[in-house]
Amino acid sequence: MTGSQEKSRRTFLAATVAGFGAVALAPGLHLIALSHAGAPRAAGEPASSKVRWGMLIDTTKCASGCDACVKACNTENGINETVADARQGSQWIRKIDLKDQKTGRTHSLPMLCQHCEHPPCVDVCPTGASMKRADGIVLVDRHICIGCRYCMMACPFKARSLVHQPLTEQNPEVPRGVGCVESCTFCVHRVDKGQQPACVEACPEGAMVFGDLNDPKSAISLRLAQEASTQVRADLKLNQGVRYQGI
Amino acid sequence: MTARLCVLLAALMGTVLAPTSVGAGAPKPNIRIENPGQCIAPAEEMRRNHMEMLKHTRDRTLRLGIRGEKASLNGCIECHASKTTGSVLGPGGFCQECHAYAAVKLDCWDCHQPKASLKTTGMAGVKP
Repeated sequence: MTGSQEKSRRTFLAATVAGFGAVALAPGLHLIALSHAGAPRAAGEPASSKVRWGMLIDTTKCASGCDACVKACNTENGINETVADARQGSQWIRKIDLKDQKTGRTHSLPMLCQHCEHPPCVDVCPTGASMKRADGIVLVDRHICIGCRYCMMACPFKARSLVHQPLTEQNPEVPRGVGCVESCTFCVHRVDKGQQPACVEACPEGAMVFGDLNDPKSAISLRLAQEASTQVRADLKLNQGVRYQGI
Repeated sequence: MTARLCVLLAALMGTVLAPTSVGAGAPKPNIRIENPGQCIAPAEEMRRNHMEMLKHTRDRTLRLGIRGEKASLNGCIECHASKTTGSVLGPGGFCQECHAYAAVKLDCWDCHQPKASLKTTGMAGVKP
C-alpha cells in the first residue's frame, strides 16, 4: 500500500466515523428541539423578527383517515359549535386526500394557514385586521375585523373561515366570535409560552415538526437542510412557513 | 300680581323638574365584588380608565405579541366573575350591571370568555 493510498483510506475512515457521529447525534438534537419549540418569551417582551416560526409536514407518515391533528386543534381552540350548514363550520386545519391520476399514488395531508412571508390576506385587508406578527405568525385582529371576507377570497389555500353565529364556549386564551374571519394561529398562545402547537403535539406519527426557521440548529432547520421539501403553490412566491415532504 | 306670578312660576318649574326627579330614582347597579382589595389599581381609576387600559393592552398583546400585561380580561374575570353564575354577565354580573346603568354597549364578551370556570386547555398559568 502506498503512502497516498494509506492517507486517503484514513481520510475515508475519519469521514465515515464523523458521519456516524452526526447520525447518532441528530436524533438526540431532534428530540430536544421537539420537546421545546423555544424558550417562553419573558413578560413584556414583544415577538422578535429574529425568529420565524415554521412547520414541516411529512406526508409520507400522514395516514388517510387519521384526524388527530384536526381534533386536537378543535379542542385547543374551542371550535366546538354546531353549525346549521356544514359548509359554514370553521376549519383551522383540515385533512386532504390527494391522488395522482396518472400513477394512482394517493397520499393524505393536513392543510392549514401556511403563514406566508408575503401573505395575500394581509395585502387585501381593507382595515388592517389581517396582519403578520414580527415572528412570521399571520393573525386576524378581531378587534378591527369587519368580516368582509376579502382575505378568504385572497387565500390560495382556503385556510380561513368566518364565524357565522354567536359563540359562548370559547377557550379563555383563544377569543373567537361571530362576524370575524379566523384561521390557524400556530397556537400562538402556546408558542409564546414555549410550547408546541396542539396539532404537532397530537400527531401520533410525529409527522409534523414545528420550530424556528431562522435558527440553523432547530429541529426543523436541520431537517430542511437534509431532506427535500416543497411549498404548496411555490409559483406564487409567498414563501410559506409551512412546508411539506412527499408531495 | 306678584303672588300669582310666583304660583305660575312654581307650577312651571314643577313640570320642568318633575322628570329629573324621576330620573334620579333609576335603580343603581347592584355590584358585588367577590375578591375586594385585589385590583390592579384603585377603584376610582378603574372606573374611569379600565377601557383605556384594556384597549392598549389588546393591541400590544395581539399585534406585538407582548404577554404578561398587567391589565387583561382573563385577569378581570378571575376576581369579578359572580360566584353564583360564574360569569361577569347576566343579572348581577359585574360588567353587565354597570354597563346597563351607564347605557354603554359591552361587546368584549362576544369573543372573550366571560366565565371564570372554563379552564384553559393548554398549560395555563404562565405569569410574569
